[in-house]
Amino acid sequence: MSKLLPRYLLLFIILVLLQVWVLNNIQVSGFINPYLYVLFVLLLPFQTPNWLLLFLSFILGLTIDMFCDTLGMHASATVFMGFLRPIVLQVITTRDTYESGTSPSIHLLGFNWFIKYSLILVFSHHLFLFLVEAYNFNAFYLIFWRTLVSTFFTILLIVLSQYIIFRKK
Amino acid sequence: MRSLLNFFYTYHFIILFLLMEFFSFFLLIQYNDYQKASFLNSSNQISGIVYKKFSSISQYLSLKDKNLQLMNIITDSRNTSLTSFKQDKVSLINVYDTIYQQQYQFLNASVINNSVNKANNFLTLNIGRKQGIDKGMAVVSPEGIVGVVKDVSANYASVISLLNQNLKISAMFKKSGYFGSINWNGANYQYITFSELPSHVSVSIGDTVITSGYSAMFPKGELVGIVSEVDKSDTGEFLEVKVQLAVDFKKLEHVMVIKNLLYQEQIQLETESSHE
Repeated sequence: MSKLLPRYLLLFIILVLLQVWVLNNIQVSGFINPYLYVLFVLLLPFQTPNWLLLFLSFILGLTIDMFCDTLGMHASATVFMGFLRPIVLQVITTRDTYESGTSPSIHLLGFNWFIKYSLILVFSHHLFLFLVEAYNFNAFYLIFWRTLVSTFFTILLIVLSQYIIFRKK
Repeated sequence: MRSLLNFFYTYHFIILFLLMEFFSFFLLIQYNDYQKASFLNSSNQISGIVYKKFSSISQYLSLKDKNLQLMNIITDSRNTSLTSFKQDKVSLINVYDTIYQQQYQFLNASVINNSVNKANNFLTLNIGRKQGIDKGMAVVSPEGIVGVVKDVSANYASVISLLNQNLKISAMFKKSGYFGSINWNGANYQYITFSELPSHVSVSIGDTVITSGYSAMFPKGELVGIVSEVDKSDTGEFLEVKVQLAVDFKKLEHVMVIKNLLYQEQIQLETESSHE
């Protein structure tokens, strides 16, 4: 646990800075905006207590909000994602229990599992986020389309990061 | 208590989640203008519906009071409406008497438009040519004189108010009989200037000013007002007297139009004499 803390703190800072400095400025046709910062929630260890999961999600979202000047928007979406994570883990489990002391990764649980896992959560997060941003259901198809495309780019970055940064030790 | 704690323990995840979402949305609505506006908009709609329901209930509860108020208003209006008065149009009956020939007829009229704050004020009356009104007729109220009819249409009459700088009316002192003319100076709607008085005339404050009857319009003796100030004009030959009007033009409602039945005769004679 004490070993994990600095690692996740570093991950947190790097992801927030990457999101704020780089990814928020990449807006393909002013439409597609990957939100890679959710990777932090995805990569938290399996044994993370639920309350801590929600709390960390909230802090992460709020931090992004502070930089984006959209207080509450990312926080609500990320908390929603954090709420879904244990449920998704339960639903798509391959074994009875996840090994303690490990965290979700493409190398440990396979490409298919990881894609399924991150796709559901990222899509939920993005949909929630864009809905909150629009704050009505009038342009739902546009929001849905935007969610799909942004999810694709986010997943792409997540998978790339899995192969490039979080390599098998 | 134990089961309550148990409940919280069992559902702490969902409760925590809901709390955080509430807090997030609180922040969202508090600090983001667009979301704030749409939230306020929808909540205003909801509160509008609630208020509407509530007010319809409270209106129902106060129906008794409302009915009482309405009854009071109805009785008041019935008391003042024409139908509760005996129609007694004495003023319109022509008296054919060889000794007393009727010279003036009085017609009832209501003021439907009035002003006191302009340099030249006009009134509008609710009767016109159809009711027998014509140009040049005098208009008085029960308190005193009001003005002269300027134009008439079929059902309306426009009256030059006494508060009009273009209107000059011949007036006199009731006590001494000296006459001059009254004219408004455009300042205060309560006062009028009585000018063209010789300086030797003794005027004291409180004297009554009446119409002289020298013009064909006004009968003699209609009240104009009461002297409130006496001034010697700059030239010293004439007196300037400030007269407080008997009529309060600000609350003028009912007036009478005076029809001079001998108007044509007088005017004809006067023009004939002046032409010679």
